[in-house]
Amino acid sequence: MIDPVLASRLQFAIAITIHILFAALSIGLGPYLVYFTVQEVRTGQERYRKLREFWTKIFAVGFVMGTVTGIPMGFMFGTNFSQFSTVAGELIGGPLSFEAKMAFFLEAIFLGILLFGRDRVSGWMYAVSSFFVALGAWLSAFWILVVNSWMQTPRGYETVTSNGTEIVQMTDPLAAFFNPRFPWMFVHMQNAAIISVTLLIAGVAAYFLWQNRDSEVWKTALRVAIVVLILTSIFQVVHGDAYGQHVADTQPQKFAAMEAHYDTERGADLHLIAVPTTLEGFTDPQADNLYKISIPHLASFLASGGDPGAEVTGLNDIEYESPPVALVFWSFRMMVGLGFWFVGLSIWGAYNRLRGRLTESPRYLLAMMLSAPLGFVALVTGWYVTEIGRQPWVIQGVLRTSDGVSPALSGPQAVVSLIGIAGGYLVLLGLFLYIGRRIILEEREDLLERSKPADEQADRPDPTEVITND
Amino acid sequence: MTEPVSNPAYAVAWLPEAWFWLLFGILTIYVVLDGFDFGVGLIYGTRESERERETLHAAFGPIWKANEVWFVLFVTVLFAAFPRVYANLLSRHYLLIFLLLFGLILRGVGVKLRKERDDDQWKRYCDYAFVAGSVLSPIVLGAFVVQWVFPSVSFPVALVGGVTLLGLCLVLGATFLAIKTRDSLRAEMVTYTTKATPAYVVLFAGTGGILYTTGSASLEVVALAAIATVVCSIGIVGGTRLESYVLAFGSAAGVAVSFVGLLAVHLFPMVDPAAGLAIGDAIVAPTTLHVTTIMAAIFLPIVGLGFVMLYSVFEGVADPADGY
Repeated sequence: MIDPVLASRLQFAIAITIHILFAALSIGLGPYLVYFTVQEVRTGQERYRKLREFWTKIFAVGFVMGTVTGIPMGFMFGTNFSQFSTVAGELIGGPLSFEAKMAFFLEAIFLGILLFGRDRVSGWMYAVSSFFVALGAWLSAFWILVVNSWMQTPRGYETVTSNGTEIVQMTDPLAAFFNPRFPWMFVHMQNAAIISVTLLIAGVAAYFLWQNRDSEVWKTALRVAIVVLILTSIFQVVHGDAYGQHVADTQPQKFAAMEAHYDTERGADLHLIAVPTTLEGFTDPQADNLYKISIPHLASFLASGGDPGAEVTGLNDIEYESPPVALVFWSFRMMVGLGFWFVGLSIWGAYNRLRGRLTESPRYLLAMMLSAPLGFVALVTGWYVTEIGRQPWVIQGVLRTSDGVSPALSGPQAVVSLIGIAGGYLVLLGLFLYIGRRIILEEREDLLERSKPADEQADRPDPTEVITND
Repeated sequence: MTEPVSNPAYAVAWLPEAWFWLLFGILTIYVVLDGFDFGVGLIYGTRESERERETLHAAFGPIWKANEVWFVLFVTVLFAAFPRVYANLLSRHYLLIFLLLFGLILRGVGVKLRKERDDDQWKRYCDYAFVAGSVLSPIVLGAFVVQWVFPSVSFPVALVGGVTLLGLCLVLGATFLAIKTRDSLRAEMVTYTTKATPAYVVLFAGTGGILYTTGSASLEVVALAAIATVVCSIGIVGGTRLESYVLAFGSAAGVAVSFVGLLAVHLFPMVDPAAGLAIGDAIVAPTTLHVTTIMAAIFLPIVGLGFVMLYSVFEGVADPADGY
């Protein structure tokens, strides 16, 4: 018999993993669309029109996938986590309805104009529409992160008994909405979404430049993306570091799991690189089954904000159960490792740009192409750290996840919906990738037609040979 | 245990009751707006020619997404104002909810992906998804709402309610398309309207009768809804005769108000009868409701303005050359 708690958690995890890709695409691409559209209207240049058109196509497909995968999320709190909804509804129901009122309508109304209204409204109205679509995506993230951050660091509430259940009621709306975690999470998430989309744009631009080195359109795209990447990737590392300190203060179990830190100690080391020496090192990372390069005292230094001898609480000394350590530990390493890789890419790009050879290094173009999806990988693993690291709590210190699941939910019901959601969401993701690939191949055809067949180009290895067989 | 509907702890004592009516007002708007989208989907299934199909897409393509958001608003407002009812209803009708979500996903994906590939088989699959989603969603939604309001009725009876809602969607879709099309296609939409309207009245009478006999609906409420439905139906048919299609569509919206109104008036002052919860038991505490009320007072009018703007940008007869 399958446990409805496990099935519900898996279902939510799969759904949110796929949904957040589309959400991040909308958040990150929104500002780019505004930039391209404004430049197009302002300068009238062909290259901005081309970029605006191309990325609007991707945005539109992503947006529709984002809404069809997002609508069920708003129901799953009720279907699968009805006890959580009953307990926390007075705090989280409001923000979710504000999201619908402020964000979803804004996006849906102005996306209609963005997609269908080019000939029906003026150029500036059109640019304003792209701004409102982007604003909608950001407002949506704002309210969702209000809810999620409250679940990490709940504030502005009191516990009361209502109709025989202990529930939380709002005492101070501003304290609840702008809880301590909120600013950290909002900045980190929005910047992560921009980085993800920047890498996607840079990767796609690199692919097209590989096809046609003279494309002014994609040179522009790559140049813009590199500038954004330099700013955002470095900021993310600095900000993430300070964020970690805040997590250590508020969620000791999460910080300890991030470092697989079992024993409370002073002057704790930070594991810079960890490689499992046994198979168990993967599934149960501990100090003695990892080959580590550690920086002495750094974990203490970070957790306390500057004191290398500070005490870091280990998992053994936390009075509730530990989160799944391996998932948090490896997700965290993946996220941080990728974060440094992005900084490296941006410095490499800046160096090439200074030499005026940004688009001429095949090695750099290849690295950018291969890195195109990695921003999204970092973003998802970051959320795994946040969400799995919060366990066993669904609301830190208030409600355990296992106590939040619908009491009447049976195993078979939960399995049916799990299979349906998992299958459906994977199909939607597959459809998105398939259509995205078609949009890219269409653009490639267009580029190849315009590029002159030169002998030197024929000699260059063509990385696209394998995937052009349709 | 049922508290009075009004409660002096709130800024105005009738605030909880106002949220009950607002909730059903939002549901009504959703049924009218997405109802005609579903109706377009139904009618779409009967159109063979590519040109007519593209005309239909052009007619509702730019607006259906925004219409669908009213459903998200409905469920989140339910959550915000009556969290316990939200939790009870969705977990109680677990598989029905997932079926509804499946229908909405099918419809959305079918509409959106159709133009992404220019081959017939792809378009055919997208059309299947679009039509199937447009049929499934209102039936399941209707069955869900009937089971919510009349917890004692059996599932087949609830399904009759779902089919009635489907009939309503057909009326809404046909009158909407009568506004958005011209010439021979418009003539056919008028035919659909004049045939679907009496069929809906019969369905509605049947549902009302069954709910009266098995679901303890009060005679006054059913009679009032029936009279309103008949009056509006005359408006629909009269509107099409006079070639005033906006009047016809407006009357169809009146029919939708009668349908949802019947359910809401019957439900009041309960909000989750299966759990014995009245408005006063399930409403959130004053602080939360006041915050939610302020936000709604600011943003709902803005949403309304946004809709006026959207519909006026895309007003007039639909042309497939506009793309969809």
